[in-house]
Amino acid sequence: MKFVLLWSDFLFFLLVAGGVIFGLWARRVEHQRAAWRKVGQSRVGMAAATVLVLFLAVALLDSVHYRERLPGEGEHYAVEVRSVLDALLTPLRTRPEKTYSAPLATHSFAKENIAGEGRDFPRLKFGGAHLGEALSRHGADIALRCAQGLGLGAVAGLALWLAGLPLRRRAPHLAWDAVFVTLGVFCLIAGPLAMLAQGYHVLGTDKVGQDVLYLTLKSIRTGLLIGTLTTLIMLPAAIFLGILAGYAGGWIDDVIQYLYTTLNSIPGVLLIAAAVLMMQVMIDTHPQWFSTSAERADARLLALCAILGLTSWTGLCRLLRGETLKLRELEYVQAARALGVSSGRILTRHILPNVMHLVIIAIVMDFSGLVLAEAVLSYVGIGVDPNTISFGTMINTARMELAREPMVWWSLTAAFVFMFVLVLAANLFADVVRDAFDPRLAR
Amino acid sequence: MTLLTVRDLTVEIGAARPVEGVSFEIAAGETFALVGESGCGKTLTALALLRLLPEAARIESGSIRFAGEELLALSEAEMRKRRGGQLGMIFQEPATSLNPVMTIGAQIAEALALHGGGASEAKAVDLLSAVGIPDPARRAREYPFQLSGGMKQRAMIAMALAGAPQLLIADEPTTALDVTIQAQVLELLARLQEARGMAMLLITHDLGIVAQQAQRVGVMYAGQLVELAPRTAFFSAPSHPYARRLFAALPAAGRRGRLQTLPGSVPSPAQRPDGCRFASRCDVALPVCAHEPPPWREIAPGQQVRCHLEEPRKVGAGGTAQSGAAVPEPPPATALLAVRDLAVHFPIRRGLLQRPVGWVRAVDGIDLELPAGRTLALVGESGCGKTTAGRAILGLQAATRGERLWQGEALKGLAPQRMQMVFQDPFGSLNPRLRVGAIVKEGNPTADVGALLAAVGLEPEMAKRYPHEFSGGQRQRIAIARALAVDPQLLICDEPTSALDVSVQAQILNLLVELQEERGLAYLFITHNLAVVEHLAHQVAVMYLGRIVEQGSVDEVMRTPQHPYTQALLAAVPRIDTSGKADRERLLVPGDPPSPAQPPPGCHFHPRCPRAAARCRAAYPEAVQLSATHGVRCFFPG
Repeated sequence: MKFVLLWSDFLFFLLVAGGVIFGLWARRVEHQRAAWRKVGQSRVGMAAATVLVLFLAVALLDSVHYRERLPGEGEHYAVEVRSVLDALLTPLRTRPEKTYSAPLATHSFAKENIAGEGRDFPRLKFGGAHLGEALSRHGADIALRCAQGLGLGAVAGLALWLAGLPLRRRAPHLAWDAVFVTLGVFCLIAGPLAMLAQGYHVLGTDKVGQDVLYLTLKSIRTGLLIGTLTTLIMLPAAIFLGILAGYAGGWIDDVIQYLYTTLNSIPGVLLIAAAVLMMQVMIDTHPQWFSTSAERADARLLALCAILGLTSWTGLCRLLRGETLKLRELEYVQAARALGVSSGRILTRHILPNVMHLVIIAIVMDFSGLVLAEAVLSYVGIGVDPNTISFGTMINTARMELAREPMVWWSLTAAFVFMFVLVLAANLFADVVRDAFDPRLAR
Repeated sequence: MTLLTVRDLTVEIGAARPVEGVSFEIAAGETFALVGESGCGKTLTALALLRLLPEAARIESGSIRFAGEELLALSEAEMRKRRGGQLGMIFQEPATSLNPVMTIGAQIAEALALHGGGASEAKAVDLLSAVGIPDPARRAREYPFQLSGGMKQRAMIAMALAGAPQLLIADEPTTALDVTIQAQVLELLARLQEARGMAMLLITHDLGIVAQQAQRVGVMYAGQLVELAPRTAFFSAPSHPYARRLFAALPAAGRRGRLQTLPGSVPSPAQRPDGCRFASRCDVALPVCAHEPPPWREIAPGQQVRCHLEEPRKVGAGGTAQSGAAVPEPPPATALLAVRDLAVHFPIRRGLLQRPVGWVRAVDGIDLELPAGRTLALVGESGCGKTTAGRAILGLQAATRGERLWQGEALKGLAPQRMQMVFQDPFGSLNPRLRVGAIVKEGNPTADVGALLAAVGLEPEMAKRYPHEFSGGQRQRIAIARALAVDPQLLICDEPTSALDVSVQAQILNLLVELQEERGLAYLFITHNLAVVEHLAHQVAVMYLGRIVEQGSVDEVMRTPQHPYTQALLAAVPRIDTSGKADRERLLVPGDPPSPAQPPPGCHFHPRCPRAAARCRAAYPEAVQLSATHGVRCFFPG
């Protein structure tokens, strides 16, 4: 086995490490700790944070990549790059059906010519295979697995609650009940899912027979990456140029304004399409850069993040420029100037902290917007690599599926539910964070 | 005949009661003034009368009878007919009370259509001329932005008059206006009231306006009426300790030195004490005051007071200040800072290429001398350029011409170690994201924050808190501590008390006087408040449209003003004399200050000046030196 560190993995781990370092720093700084304590006291905030941590855990598991050692002599490794998540979900990954099947079905979704029997719905290869011929036990089997799963979930939830008791004792003022209720609900949903997934395709299968539950879980990493990396790429430019334009004024302001008005007046999709296609050509003409197809797909994902970042900084930049124009005239900035404080210090001490709430709002708004943008770009064929599993590609294929009669609704529903939970949790969490950091709301 | 009777009015916001048990009456044709500091519930009381309370607030109990009718029993539709009809209202800020996209005439016509028996342009024009707007037919076709602040307030009054109200509720009607315009508007209100027999509920924090306009006075404190009295009785002998302390806190001539202050601030509606709400700030509180609410009783005919003291007016300090001791005159000093011919012109840019087509002469050549350890007051109305002058002297604003000499040596740009500034708005002058300690250390990282906070009368532990935890007065103290951290010799104070209540203003003024004595600070005190000038300043310079029209020692300028503008300014200030009789015969300056972009030719003041002659239209007068210190720029001083 050989570990593979893709560029996106590296950046993602860097991001997480940055988050951890920030957390350790915030623990030491008293007013940061006070603000985060307020987040911890909010039920909504803690519940949303728990959901986000669960999503993050899935994404992290999906970011540890490796290549398996091939049996036989010498150092030979599989061409396929797998992640820890793939390994954990091996049963889901390795049981493809022929084509569409509905959630929990035992038979295929479409009629086929079966040798000797005429046209009928063929049995699935794996879904409900353990039932054998006793199809009348289908309902009872599902109910039994649900009950087992619920029992298992309840036990796991209880165990988590017991394990959490010392935490509650150490920090009794935090909203632990919200955390454990969320975890409990998660266990009660995940338990039956896990039990059912052993015998069925819980969320059905797609056109080529892949398990939809597996696809949605794999999409989480792509969504989180696009949502966070793009924002990270755009933030420095937006913040720096925005507050510089607002504070400095004069020709600097003019240059920055011309820059973003020009960029804004080019249709965004056109610009992205051009950049992605150029990137594509570059990748195709230099196959020697990439040793595996996973690396190529990864390069394309990063390129997409960068391009989205380069085109989406203008909105935040304009917003920050306007806010800085207002702040610049405020008396505390004037007082700082009168005290001879340097411009750089004024920008970092007085302007930046007072526009941070706008930045936090922008990050969250953009997060959901970018996940959606990825779907739109995949729709016109300039999104992520077709091999990359993402909410966008799932929604894109759902376009054809919804046009079928009868309709194939499960992959869209699955993608929608997961995306909805992810974006909702992120929005709620950011709201709580913003309120906690706004001294004007402090009580 | 009683027009309005309010009984036990209580307003609730959540669990808090910002107005509690308020009862008063207003007779037809009478002016009743409601006085108090901010947050005492005056505006909520007025809004409750009109049933226009904000969403969160509701009238918990009480009765409001207007012209024999219970207003609280009316349906919303019936109430709407009363509002703007029999009950008119004018608000504090004329700039935001008019719709910017409708002409003045159309807005008045709207009010007429609803309450005045049909809209007609002629009626609208009549109303505009009734409120003293010159050329009303033309003004009726103009939009609010074409009118000055005073004109807008007159137009608001015209709208309120459209319904021929029996009661006019005026909520701080002149607070946003300059003192000469305020005098015009107050005079207009008094005239209209007399002509139409209207009753008026006047809400104000300015005791001078009360003395001049009101027949009866109600003093509110922390949601309750604490005293109700006829004007003469109130001004000759205020009874409630709070009312007496309010008078004592007023800066005025002949009251130099320390002002009496009220310690602390008004308790918030959420945490009011059980007993007398004023007990914690009262200097004559009895043990009973802490836990038993005082009774509301009549101590003289028509005079009621909410106090435990048997004869409140005989106990404790009277209405006058404790110390009449003047500030010891420091020895005459050499000029710390001299300003020569300082000018700040802003270009007016037009067209595609943004070429300047004209100049706003905000400051147009001023000469000042600031001696060490003394206070120079720069006085003028809004728009006269006094703030720009202050910023230019500090170096925050680049000057178009002129120079600043620090003990004879020319200054370039900022001089943070020598001069510092204290700003007007205590809420905008502190960064909400920084702790007080960091704010104070802003200019000098090695400053001793504890000592500085102690010097401005705050606790050293407060360094760890954020600005939002402090009241306006405390924030202003923090701002002063920040300026003192670099140990400057000159402090430029730009209206440092105009956003504060009277009692807090007194605390800050006392602090400034103390700091001057201890540290030998010089102040350039920029203000429009002449009472503060008399209290604090050693020298005065009066500015009009970018130029200094009169300059001299405080006695010379305040006692024997020579320039007609100075005289008009002094006359326009509503004053309280001990008999409580307002001085009705005042010199009113007509018109509005002209724009500094197009100053009148010759003497800038001549269009409003009673003494103007042909000479004044031709040339700007040179300075006439009347004494070693007293100079005036007028052809006809005296």
